[in-house]
Amino acid sequence: MNTASPDLVIDVRGLVKNFGRTQVLKGLDLQVNRGEVHAFLGPNGAGKTTTLRLLLGLLRSDGGSMSVLGLDPWSQAADVHRRLAYVPGDVALWPGLSGGEVIDLLGRLHGGIDQARRTELLERFDLDPTKKARTYSKGNRQKVALVAALATDAELYLLDEPTAGLDPLMEAQFKECVVQLRDAGRSVLLSSHILSEAEVLSDRVSIIRDGAVVETGTLDQLRHLTRTTVSATVARSPEGVEALTGVYAATLTGDRFTAQVDADGVAPLLAALSSAGATSLVSHPPTLEELFLSHYSEPGGAP
Amino acid sequence: MTGTWPLVRLALRRDRILLPAWIIGLSLMVASSVTATRDLYPTRESLTSAAETINATAALVALYGKVYDPTSLGAISLIKLTAFGAAIVGIIFVFIVIRHTRAEEESGRLELIGAGAVGRAAPLTASLIVSMGASVVLGVLTALGLGAAGLAWGGAFAFGLSWALAGIVFSAIAAVAAQAMTSARAAIGVGVAAVGAAYALRAVGDLGDADPGLLSWLSPVGWSQQIRPFAGDRWWIAAVPIVATAVLVPIAYSLRARRDLGSGLVPERGGPALGTIGGVMGLAWRLQRGLFIAWALGSALMGMVLGSVAHTIAGLLNSPEMAKFFEALGGSQGLTTMFLAAEIGILGSLVGAYAIAAASRLRSEETAGHVELLLSTPATRVRWATSHLAFACVGSAIIIVITGSAIGLAHGLAIGDVGGQVPRLFAASAGQVPAALVIAGIVMLLFGVAPRMVVGAWGLLVAFIVLGEFGSLWQLPQWALDVSPFAHSPRLPGGEVDPGQLALLTGVAAVLIAVGLVAWRRRDLRP
Repeated sequence: MNTASPDLVIDVRGLVKNFGRTQVLKGLDLQVNRGEVHAFLGPNGAGKTTTLRLLLGLLRSDGGSMSVLGLDPWSQAADVHRRLAYVPGDVALWPGLSGGEVIDLLGRLHGGIDQARRTELLERFDLDPTKKARTYSKGNRQKVALVAALATDAELYLLDEPTAGLDPLMEAQFKECVVQLRDAGRSVLLSSHILSEAEVLSDRVSIIRDGAVVETGTLDQLRHLTRTTVSATVARSPEGVEALTGVYAATLTGDRFTAQVDADGVAPLLAALSSAGATSLVSHPPTLEELFLSHYSEPGGAP
Repeated sequence: MTGTWPLVRLALRRDRILLPAWIIGLSLMVASSVTATRDLYPTRESLTSAAETINATAALVALYGKVYDPTSLGAISLIKLTAFGAAIVGIIFVFIVIRHTRAEEESGRLELIGAGAVGRAAPLTASLIVSMGASVVLGVLTALGLGAAGLAWGGAFAFGLSWALAGIVFSAIAAVAAQAMTSARAAIGVGVAAVGAAYALRAVGDLGDADPGLLSWLSPVGWSQQIRPFAGDRWWIAAVPIVATAVLVPIAYSLRARRDLGSGLVPERGGPALGTIGGVMGLAWRLQRGLFIAWALGSALMGMVLGSVAHTIAGLLNSPEMAKFFEALGGSQGLTTMFLAAEIGILGSLVGAYAIAAASRLRSEETAGHVELLLSTPATRVRWATSHLAFACVGSAIIIVITGSAIGLAHGLAIGDVGGQVPRLFAASAGQVPAALVIAGIVMLLFGVAPRMVVGAWGLLVAFIVLGEFGSLWQLPQWALDVSPFAHSPRLPGGEVDPGQLALLTGVAAVLIAVGLVAWRRRDLRP
C-alpha cells in the first residue's frame, strides 16, 4: 500500500467508499506535494469531508490505496495523527468544557502545545478561552479548533472548510496563518467551496465532483481550460473577429467590445482590436468561479 | 401554539417503537402479576396472612408500601407495582419529556424547527401532549388488562388512574426541569432525582404512625398509592396530582417565556482559560464524574436506609406465609439474611443501570461528533473506548462495594456488630460485580457491532430485572431465567458461592468487551 514518493504527503489512488448502497467516492485520486497549500474544491456533498475522514482513518476505505505522510492512515492512524493537525468542518465541542480546556486537551494529546503560539493565536482570532463551549457560536467553536490545530507543530494540516463560520476579519487572519505555514514549509490540504480563498492561498487545486477528482493542477494550468475575457473601447467595429479561431462570443455594444478568447486567439484578436482603434483594453483571466462553473454546469454535474 | 400538531406527529414518529413497547410491556406485567399471585395464594386465608406479614414488616412497607386491604387479591398482587411501578412510570415519562424538549434544544434541532412556523412554546406543548396522552393510554390499557385478569373493574380503573397520574405529574415535573436546566443530562438528573425523592419520602411516610404519614402526602408516588386501588378505590385523591400538574405546567410555560433558546435559569459560568485535562482518561473522568459521584452517594444513602431496617424483619420467622413470600423471591435462609441478600441482589440490578449509563457515553460522544476531534489526535480508538469502559466497569464495582459496606455499617450499628457486618456485606456485594461487568460488556458489544442499538441495552436490563423479580412467580423454565446475568450472581449473604458461575460471568463479560473493542476498531465512525 505504501507506494508514496517522499515528496508526496498525501497520495490517494482509486479511492472508493460506499455508505450502504450509495457509492460516495468513485475512484478518487489526490496527490499533495510536501510544502504546498493544496485546495480541495467541490460543492456540498461531492465527498470532500468523506475523503478527509478516510485520510484520518476515521472511515475505512472500500477500495484503492491511500498513503498519508508515507503511512497507511487506517492501520497506522496514531502514527499519522502524531504528525498532522485537523480542523473538522462541523466542530463539536464538549459543552461543559471551556475553550481553553479544549485547546489544551487537544494540544496535550498531540504531545504538547506551544504556549507562546497559543497566546498569539487567541489574540489573533480574538477568542475568549474562559467561555464554556456551550455558549460559543459556530464561528467561535471553529476558532477553538483552529487555534488548537495551528498551535500544534505538525507536518500536515487538514482543514475542512475552516472559514465557513468566520467573519471577513477573521478570514483574513486565517489566510495569514496559512501563508505562515507555507513559508515554514508545512503542507496544507484545504477543503473549501469558497473559491476566492483557494485562489489566494493555494499552490495547487483539485476539483472534486460526485466522488471523483475531475481536475487537478496549478491555477495557471487550470486556467488553460477556460477562456480569458477581453473587453475594449473601440473607435470602429473590428473587422472579421467572428471568423478568428479561438475567439468566442464577440459582441459590440456602442463602443464597448467584449469577447472570450482562448490561448490561440489572443494574438489575432489583439491585432484586430488594434486596427479598430482601441482606446482602452482590459483582459482578465478566468476566476475560479468561472472555472468551477465550467465543470459543474456540464451535464450530470450539480449546478 | 402554532405548529404544535406537526411536532406531536414528529414526536410520535420518533417514538413509534419505544413508546408502544413500554406501554404494552408494563400493562402485560401488571395483568400477569395478578394471575401469578392468584396461583401462589389460592385461599383467602393464605392471601390475608401474606398481606398482614407485609404490613407488619417495616422493611417491606418501606420498599413497597402497605397492603390497604389484606383480603383483596388485587391489592396484594399489585403491592410490588403500586409505589415501585409508579416510580418506574415516572422515570419513563421524565425521559420522554426531556427527549423531546431540552435534548432537542441542546442538539440544535429545535433551532431549525423554531425558525419555521412554530410558536415558541409549541415544542413544550407537543411533548406534554405526547407524554400525558401516553400516560392516559397506559392507564386505560393497564385497567383493561386487570379487568381481563378477572379483577373488579372499579379497582382496575383506579389502578390505571394511579399510574396515569404518576405519568402526568412526573411529565409536568420533567417539563419544569427541561426549562430550568441547560443540558438534557442535567434535566434528566433532576427529573430522576425527583422520582427518587418521591419514592423515599413515601417510604418514610408509610412507616409513620399516621396512615400514611405526612411525608407520603408530599410525594407524587405516595398520591398514586393513596388512591388505594382494590382497597377502597379513593377516586378523590386524584385531585391532588391534578392540582399539582395544574401548578407545575404554567411554571414550565412561564420559564420558557422568560428565557432564550438554549439557555436555562442559571446563567452559564465561565471556565478556566488554561486546561488541566491531561488526556483521554482525564477527559473521561471529567465527563463521567458527575454521574459516578451521584450514583455512589445516592446508592450508599439507600444502603444506609435499607441496612438500618434489615433487623426488624427478624422475629417474623414463625409466619409460613412470609417464608413462602420470600421463597418466591428465591431465598431459603434466615429472614434477615434473606432480606439482606434480596437487597444486595436488587443493588446489583440497579447498578446495571449505572453501567449502561456510563458505557453509553461511548455512543453519545460519537453521535455528538466529539470523537472525530479526539481521534484525529494520536489517541487511539481502543484507548479512548477503554477510558469510558473503565468507568462502567470499575465505577460499577466501586458503587456496589460502597453500597454493600453502607448496608453493613447501618445494619451493624443497629445490631451492635459493625466489625462483623461491614466485611460480611462488603464481601456479599462484591459477588454482584461480575454481573455488572456483563451489562457493561453488552453495551460495548452493541457499540462495536451495532452502534445504533446501544439504547437497546436499557431494554435488556429491564428484561433481566423483570425475569429476576417475576420469573419464578410466573414459573418460567430455568433456561429462561438463566438468560439474565443476575441469575448467576451468588445469593449473599447466606448462600453458596459458586466460583464457576462467577468465572462464567467474568468470562462472558471479557468476551463481550473484547469482541466489542475489535469491532469498534474495524468499523467506520458513525456520527
